[in-house]
Amino acid sequence: MKIKQISVFLENKKGRLLEATEALAKADINIRALSIADTSEFGILRLIVQDPDKAKEVLEKNDFTVRVSDVIAVQVVDSPGGLASILKILNDNDINVEYIYAFIQKSGQKAVVVLKMEDLEKGIKALNEKGVILLTSQDILQL
Amino acid sequence: MIWNKEAECMPFKEREKLQLERLQSIVKKVYDNVPYYRKRFDEIGVKPEDIKSLKDIAKLPFTTKTDLREGYPFGMFAVPLNEIVEIHTSSGTTGKPVVAGYTKKDIEVWSEVMARALTMVGATKDDIIQNGYGYGLFTGGIGVHYGAQKIGATVIPISAGNTKRQLEVMVDFGSTILTCTPSYALHLAEVAEEAGITKKDIKLKAGCFGAEVWTEKMRDAIESKFNLTALNIYGLTELIGPGVAQECPEKSGLHIFEDHFYPEIVSTDTLEPLPEGEKGELVLTSLTRDGMPMIRFRTRDITSLRREICKCGRTLIKMDRVTGRSDDMLKIRGVLIFPSQIERALLEIKGIEPHYQIIVTRPHHLDELEIQVEASKDIFSDEIKHIEAMKKKIESHIEKSIGLRVKVTLVEPKTLPRSEGKAKRVIDKREL
Repeated sequence: MKIKQISVFLENKKGRLLEATEALAKADINIRALSIADTSEFGILRLIVQDPDKAKEVLEKNDFTVRVSDVIAVQVVDSPGGLASILKILNDNDINVEYIYAFIQKSGQKAVVVLKMEDLEKGIKALNEKGVILLTSQDILQL
Repeated sequence: MIWNKEAECMPFKEREKLQLERLQSIVKKVYDNVPYYRKRFDEIGVKPEDIKSLKDIAKLPFTTKTDLREGYPFGMFAVPLNEIVEIHTSSGTTGKPVVAGYTKKDIEVWSEVMARALTMVGATKDDIIQNGYGYGLFTGGIGVHYGAQKIGATVIPISAGNTKRQLEVMVDFGSTILTCTPSYALHLAEVAEEAGITKKDIKLKAGCFGAEVWTEKMRDAIESKFNLTALNIYGLTELIGPGVAQECPEKSGLHIFEDHFYPEIVSTDTLEPLPEGEKGELVLTSLTRDGMPMIRFRTRDITSLRREICKCGRTLIKMDRVTGRSDDMLKIRGVLIFPSQIERALLEIKGIEPHYQIIVTRPHHLDELEIQVEASKDIFSDEIKHIEAMKKKIESHIEKSIGLRVKVTLVEPKTLPRSEGKAKRVIDKREL
């Protein structure tokens, strides 16, 4: 149950994040989740949007380097220990997490986190076995 | 102090006579003994007998680094190999190096001009010369060594690098003269400062610095940090190595040892000789070299010539500090490279766009090379560790190709100048 994530290369330069988000706004693309990984020289903007193909097209038109990759989105109980229970499953199966970030959610609902593992297939299998719900791209549209 | 008063203070007219005699003799020698020169002379229909005055040198063809490479390895030698007693190569990194061969007499000439250079700097037989130029195929170390031996000074053949030991030797042995690249001298001075070594611990009185372009600002810094007189030396493997020209304590130009190396300045556009005082490319002809005579070698170094009697008493023509090159070649930490070499190495890596920019800086007195590459789809990843690994891969590939450590920085697509027309590939931020 993989979903598509958009990654954008950002030079550490003034205004680049703004330009990227403005380009998406103009194309009427809503951001559902995001994170930024930064180093001293550059950053990677990771986005979950409702229409990744369109987002890619729009960003590339604006001269951004874009990459589409697979990640998973997991629903976790929005209470203490919710995330830990997911991570424990992965840990027990020796699956390393590359990165993780949370969805923008309205309060009171279930929390959704985006996960990228070293071995995505193995991770999906492990989580499925424990009955963890993975969101589909269809679900993302509903969020 | 002047090592060879007769030669260095010779009246202009007398020296011109000597130069003409030597020029005529070397031109005849190369025509008779080096097939390359005979072919080139015949192509433009010039014969050794056509050289009737010094001005006639302009009739002769130029020799370039490419010509020398084509003769690799021994094609430019004018004597049988068994008369060659020593071989050096240039520090260049494009393809094959330039090979220089020396006869016993050439080594004597080299020792003589280096003795003149070191004496000009202030060396006597009482001095301890710490020779921080590299020993080996590079001419720097051995050249200074020969000159120091000729003078009878004490030479410490410490070679380049190993800063800690350099400073230990400098203090414990009481070195009085330092010979190395100016950027390394500054580096030594800074490390000394950090280590708490004071001017009182150091006996240096003078330094003979060269093999790279440097500035008055660097001179001031070295002089004040080490409390010495810092003087500029010039030379090149193709002609002999260090010892083609040396700055005297007047600090108003470098005296070319023109009884051995005949200088001309030519226009970089037309290659026509330029009058004295005008800036152009330095062209040198060896007048006394037996093993590998050099006719009108294009040094690519930009400078100008001035003939005057110097306050130091020498009548030798002076050249200004070299301010640049007539090609786009870069000199990084003493190594000559063309931007195209970096380009070639870059494009060997799959997924790299042919857009790049080279930034040269000298942050701590040592040259640094940054190469900006556009983050193409193939380089980019959603994970930092993959991008970092790709950067490392590019860096090590370039280092393997050009022999210099570089830093690769990724920039966004379409932010670097395109290759159509004249893209500005190199940004040299060093103050040269």
